[in-house]
Amino acid sequence: MTGKTKDEILYDHNHDGIDRRGFLKCMAWAGTGTLCVMQGGVLKSFALDRSSGSGAAVAKGELSFVQISDSHMGFNKPANPDVAATLQAAVDKINGLATPPEFLLHTGDVSHLSRAEQFDTVDQILKSTGKQTFFVPGEHDVLDDDGKQFRERYGKGSKGAGWYSLDQKGVHFVGLVNVMNLKAGGLGSLGHDQLEWLEDDVKHLKSSTPIVVFAHIPLWAVYPEWGWGTDDSAQALGYLRKFGSVTVLNGHIHQIMQKVEGNVTFHTAASTAFPQPEPGKAPSPGPMTVPADQLRSYLGIANVNYVQGHHALAVVDSKLG
Amino acid sequence: MRIRVCTAGLAGLIATATIFVLAGAHSSALKAQQAPAASTEVKIDNFSFEPAAITVVAGTTVTWTNRDDIPHTVVSDDKVFKSKVLDTDQTFSYTFAKPGTYPYFCSVHPKMTGKVIVQ
Repeated sequence: MTGKTKDEILYDHNHDGIDRRGFLKCMAWAGTGTLCVMQGGVLKSFALDRSSGSGAAVAKGELSFVQISDSHMGFNKPANPDVAATLQAAVDKINGLATPPEFLLHTGDVSHLSRAEQFDTVDQILKSTGKQTFFVPGEHDVLDDDGKQFRERYGKGSKGAGWYSLDQKGVHFVGLVNVMNLKAGGLGSLGHDQLEWLEDDVKHLKSSTPIVVFAHIPLWAVYPEWGWGTDDSAQALGYLRKFGSVTVLNGHIHQIMQKVEGNVTFHTAASTAFPQPEPGKAPSPGPMTVPADQLRSYLGIANVNYVQGHHALAVVDSKLG
Repeated sequence: MRIRVCTAGLAGLIATATIFVLAGAHSSALKAQQAPAASTEVKIDNFSFEPAAITVVAGTTVTWTNRDDIPHTVVSDDKVFKSKVLDTDQTFSYTFAKPGTYPYFCSVHPKMTGKVIVQ
């Protein structure tokens, strides 16, 4: 299920029958131009070069937005000495999309060390998209100040540690924070207050409302040994059980993974900065150095489309080079 | 008579030797008190503290050095000590004055845990 060839089909759950059992995990190293469409909890897959088919219908959906993640501005080690250039490449990719996105989601680790100038650089690069960006923090964005600066910049009107929700064209978006108050030996954490807020935030919505949840650390147990999961995510997902279409977008692990479980499709995005190893395939989850001419094939963006009435949400991962 | 003298001389020698040994021991004790406090190092490498558990005497200064390409922190579970974020090659030191067990972790990557036992 891994591949680096452009336009290769990464997910073909429609024919293998595995995802109906509700515990499917697929993985790709980077965005490889694959279109993933969820319909009624079943993920279908198309290569981008087939987008004149059913993929195109979704690509021209009524709501299109882009997820970027883990830009780690300020990182300058061998895995990527120029993260500003690769973020710029991501922006160029966004600006070149056939269907311009309505807005961007950034799923955290905007900065590497929570420094003002690092946030400034990201803001400056993203400005050329001309689109609003909705952020949630990664653990690198809340160092030493418990996220105060991050909330001042990106969290106006948010609750608690920076969580919030918004509605766009019939889709309910929920931005969660799971990188604060982490406990020794534990995973990501949402905490009691945020869970209580989430329960209240969604309980009045119709079950037919498509839900998109975005947070930094995966809300499913990708690889707890490396901290790639969230301790109290099951409780959060419990509040979303009544909805027919739930899409969870995360970052943190710097590689694309997808899983369908019941009504929920989980998706993690590639980083725009540097790749990390496959779970358990290295001594640690630290930055993975690849040959310089291959780096951009490990980095990417995710373009997400929703078509009203089709009950479908499509995630298209595209690599930067 | 000569024997007595000799005995007295031997006793004197022994006494002198004893005083010398005692003086030597006293000198060593003073040196221990005046010596710089003990110190020890913990490396942060591959998302782990190495060694993960150390035992030191009270008064020891422990210095953590981050050898990873990713920032980490050193935070006591009980909030006894807390570093600022440590970028690559940055260090944090803490002097453990009181005996006890001090579990700690990286607040950025909480799967990283360690322990300092102070005797």
